[in-house]
Amino acid sequence: MALTQVRPEGLGFVNGRRNLIINGAMQVAQRGTSETGVGGSSGYFTCDRWRIDTGNTAGRVTMSQVSITDLAEFATALKLDVTTADTSIASGEVFRVGQRIEGQNLQQLAKGTASAKSLTLSFYVKGNAAATYVAQIKDVDNTRVNTQNFSVTTSWTRVELTYAADTTGTLDNNNANSLEVMFWLHAGSDFTSGTFASNTWASETNANNYAGSNTSIFDSTNRELFITGVQLEVGTNASDFEHESFGETLQKCERYFRQSGAYTGAIPTGVGGFVSQQGMNQTSGQKALTKDWETAMRATPTMTIYDHSGTAGKWDAINTSGNWTNNLNYTGIADQNAGGFKVYVNSSTGYGYGLHYRADAEL
Amino acid sequence: MNYQNAQYSEFDYGGDIGVVTTSINVEKDGIIIHVPIDPANSDYAEIMRQVDAGTLTIEDAD
Repeated sequence: MALTQVRPEGLGFVNGRRNLIINGAMQVAQRGTSETGVGGSSGYFTCDRWRIDTGNTAGRVTMSQVSITDLAEFATALKLDVTTADTSIASGEVFRVGQRIEGQNLQQLAKGTASAKSLTLSFYVKGNAAATYVAQIKDVDNTRVNTQNFSVTTSWTRVELTYAADTTGTLDNNNANSLEVMFWLHAGSDFTSGTFASNTWASETNANNYAGSNTSIFDSTNRELFITGVQLEVGTNASDFEHESFGETLQKCERYFRQSGAYTGAIPTGVGGFVSQQGMNQTSGQKALTKDWETAMRATPTMTIYDHSGTAGKWDAINTSGNWTNNLNYTGIADQNAGGFKVYVNSSTGYGYGLHYRADAEL
Repeated sequence: MNYQNAQYSEFDYGGDIGVVTTSINVEKDGIIIHVPIDPANSDYAEIMRQVDAGTLTIEDAD
């Protein structure tokens, strides 16, 4: 009789939908593939779902989705390249990169109950030189955190960190931000003057978050950080990274951010993928152009409307000869919800209209 | 985030629905955006935080 070796759950199996992180392989970058001068304000700049959280620092990075050829199984990574150093660190400075997760996607953690599960975070990381940073999981609903250090070298390293189960503080079952995975890369004394307790859940004390001998990514303009293959899963084992197709990842990302046109990683321009409607009555009166999505977004998105040249706050009109004119005003937007929107113009004699859009419902 | 020139926007559906406040039109870092009246929207939440802090005002609709 043949013997079958049974491995512990989560070790080596590809059993699908384990990863709570979206776009962990940094495949999708709808907003653009590179942004300079990042560090002055928090937000989303390149790789979808990956948020920069910053405050009070003069340090700046170029944030990029980069192609890589030196890590098997992965073709893209997120790169932070320091362009402005900050070695005079004021107390309130902070710079982090991470991802926010909806509470309704986390109920299987049973957090805050006697059945609470451990979590394991794994990722591949590389730098220009040795460094030590902090990977934090934060329960936003109850302001509780668990932090652990990780090391960076000049070669790709897979970091595997298991976070203890937390029987305190349940996560809300809704579409709001409940849990953050945050890589701390720089902080002032407000966040460093306490005591670092590794892999211990506790109510957040700011001074403890980045305490200890951690590196500041802003200590030199030579600093670089590459990261990819980020996975957060239930259990105590770091299983193989759960690869998925570009289309699957893009669809997941579009719950939080989407735009018209073919996927290009930039503000949509031209008339390819234009949202347009023609053959309208040319007499005066209100004209409207509607767009519905096949799957709803997380929440009602913030809308930005562009004409075909990429100018925000404008749209195009088309005449009966089929010629588009850009840089025209529309009156407003209505029916704006998680499923679509309508842009309209009053008192117009137009024959048809067109626009590009970006819809942002990020956490 | 830097929000400027915020103004409520209305749409007249007519009939039983009438005029509805649909969004806040505002410049975010110099770009005109349309922010829904929805606390789950992060732009709306931040705008209202700034309004409460007295650093931003929202004009009535035209």
